[in-house]
Amino acid sequence: MKHRCGALAGAIFLFAAVPTFAETTLTIATVNNGDMIRMQGLTSAFTAKHPDIAVKWVTLEENVLRQRVTTDIATKGGQFDVLTIGTYEVPIWAKQNWLVPLDGLGADYDVADLLPKIRDAVSVGGKLYASPFYGESSMLMYRTDVFQQAGLTMPGDPTWDFIIEAAKKITDKSAGLYGVCLRGKAGWGENMAFLTAMSNSLGARWFDEKWQPQFNSPEWKKTLSTYVELMKEAGPPGASSNGFNENLALFNAGKCGMWIDATVAASFVTNPKDSRVADKVGFAMAPNAGLGKNANWLWAWNLAVPAGSKKVDAAVKFIAWATGKDYTGLVASKEGWANVPPGTRTSLYENPEYLKAAPFAKLTLASINAADPNHPTVKPVPYVGVQYAAIPEFQGIGTAVGQQFSAALSGATSVDAALAAAQSLTEREMKRAGYPK
Amino acid sequence: MTEGMRGLGRLLLTPAVALLFLWMIIPLGMTVYFSTLRYNLLNPGMEGFVGLDNFRYFLTDPAFLASLRNTLVLVGAVLLITTVAGTLVALLLDEVIVGRSIVRLMVIAPFFVMPTVSALVWKNLLMHPVSGLFAFIGSSLGLTPIDWFAEAPLLAIILIVAWQWLPFATLILLTALQSLDEEQKEAAEMDGARALSTFFYITLPHLARPITVVILIETIFLLTVFAEIFVTTGGGPGLQTTNIAFLIYAQALIQYDVGAASAGGLVAVVLANIVAFFLVRLVGRNLEA
Repeated sequence: MKHRCGALAGAIFLFAAVPTFAETTLTIATVNNGDMIRMQGLTSAFTAKHPDIAVKWVTLEENVLRQRVTTDIATKGGQFDVLTIGTYEVPIWAKQNWLVPLDGLGADYDVADLLPKIRDAVSVGGKLYASPFYGESSMLMYRTDVFQQAGLTMPGDPTWDFIIEAAKKITDKSAGLYGVCLRGKAGWGENMAFLTAMSNSLGARWFDEKWQPQFNSPEWKKTLSTYVELMKEAGPPGASSNGFNENLALFNAGKCGMWIDATVAASFVTNPKDSRVADKVGFAMAPNAGLGKNANWLWAWNLAVPAGSKKVDAAVKFIAWATGKDYTGLVASKEGWANVPPGTRTSLYENPEYLKAAPFAKLTLASINAADPNHPTVKPVPYVGVQYAAIPEFQGIGTAVGQQFSAALSGATSVDAALAAAQSLTEREMKRAGYPK
Repeated sequence: MTEGMRGLGRLLLTPAVALLFLWMIIPLGMTVYFSTLRYNLLNPGMEGFVGLDNFRYFLTDPAFLASLRNTLVLVGAVLLITTVAGTLVALLLDEVIVGRSIVRLMVIAPFFVMPTVSALVWKNLLMHPVSGLFAFIGSSLGLTPIDWFAEAPLLAIILIVAWQWLPFATLILLTALQSLDEEQKEAAEMDGARALSTFFYITLPHLARPITVVILIETIFLLTVFAEIFVTTGGGPGLQTTNIAFLIYAQALIQYDVGAASAGGLVAVVLANIVAFFLVRLVGRNLEA
């Protein structure tokens, strides 16, 4: 009897969970970033157009999302119909045939309008495998008032030498002002995103053409020792546990003279609701060392359809809506132009209303254009990706190397020891993974 | 009892025992099976039998010895702090007469705070070098604030975990103290014993058993501390706060290496058994005496 009751309750529950009017229910996995939560809030605009499709959201923090989505797709679990994935995953998963190529997005979608660098990053062999929702690069944000007081002028395209000199000059630890705030929290998407981009500008690379790790090269030594020294003299205390959010809080509280981080931060630091220094922020390109590469990264969050999904048509309709041109206008009409998802379409950067609402738009575009995922470094490399190498092993290796570099920053180990450990652990993992392939 | 009835009893027990056995053996068997495969979720099509290669890989990992050391230091230090401080707090609470139940409730409170929450509170409100309470106290006394998670990360984790487990030790020891015969203490007092002698010759022997229980139960949970590390340091800086549980997590969900993670899991099972074996022998005598 008990069993029968349970089965009955289960059946009722099932019926209750499936809305009777919709033919298809899409389960969409996404990140809990502001732009995605806004998209979730606008769901009704999509379901109004497509009454036969219902939408169920699974919104998760970035690392948790990555774990859930990766284990689901690798074990062919089929929990999700639309995935939110980064530019790191797209080429790897496309090569595994885990993603459905997106060629049915419709004429309104206008593929040619996508920023070329972003489009490259989500295409494999000329085919689009994911559709970018928002894109970002990195740039330098600085305090105009602090620079004026110190008698310094920020060039539009600064060099590392200038940044180091300026950071030391404007640091005033007794007043709680630190010359520069940089990421120090370990993780392939945290400190390694910044450090890899920085190393690219100083001529370093992760692997040579034969997949040999390069942490024993003089370029990496220069990168890490410059970073550690700079942060010791001009960085905030506790830098080894600062990620994007911690640095954002420090900058908004007026504790940083300069901050090199994601271009999306520009709209937060200039928003007077959150930032105490909103009217005193200037922008410049991420620094270079005169070698032809700036310390820019390139990242986009994208929507993709897992192979094996039985609801491909509906999923593609949703993606075309959420990443199409009209969506931008929809957000602008409800939340203002400053809040539209940036960094994916040329047309946005030609829109005078957007340019007026976002003073940092031009520099964001220039930064995105300066990063080249296919030729990220000064010397040739066998991988694609600017602040990462798009191979499955990179997450693990990047995080372990990030731990070593974070230890070098906190002073727990020396720069040389951290580089040696990074080199040996990377060699070990690459050997286990069977490189060179 | 006849032979037949005994047989019937066994027969009736079989389904329950079989279920329990399957409950245990299927996950264990799967782990053993996976540990002999080259199996990375991100590289489908590479699966194959590799024998003991995953174990060799896990045990020769430079992170393994460091994390083993960290695990033992963490367990040992937290046990020491909680039993010593737990005894002292229990003695103190035993003296309190008015409002004992309220005080006891407040002392037990940390035990009910979720590990992730308490780790976040410690990280952001107490130990943060810029905005934390400790930094505020330190700098108002003219000292340089300590950046806990960079300068003494393992100590910081030990403090957090010890704070969580102190109430448990206190509660068990307090209950034991309350069952201590008052007449014994009075007799000792009449014989002219001082407070210290009373403590060492009467109270402490009485507490030997509950302390053993505290140590055994805490060890089981402390070997697998994870949330506090995940939330505060992420195993770093370097490998300074990576314990075995965190290392296995990194293998399984950062590298997606199912083979090595399974091997690591089995190594952890063996290690836990070794620790338990010695602990039981060491303190188990107390239980028998």
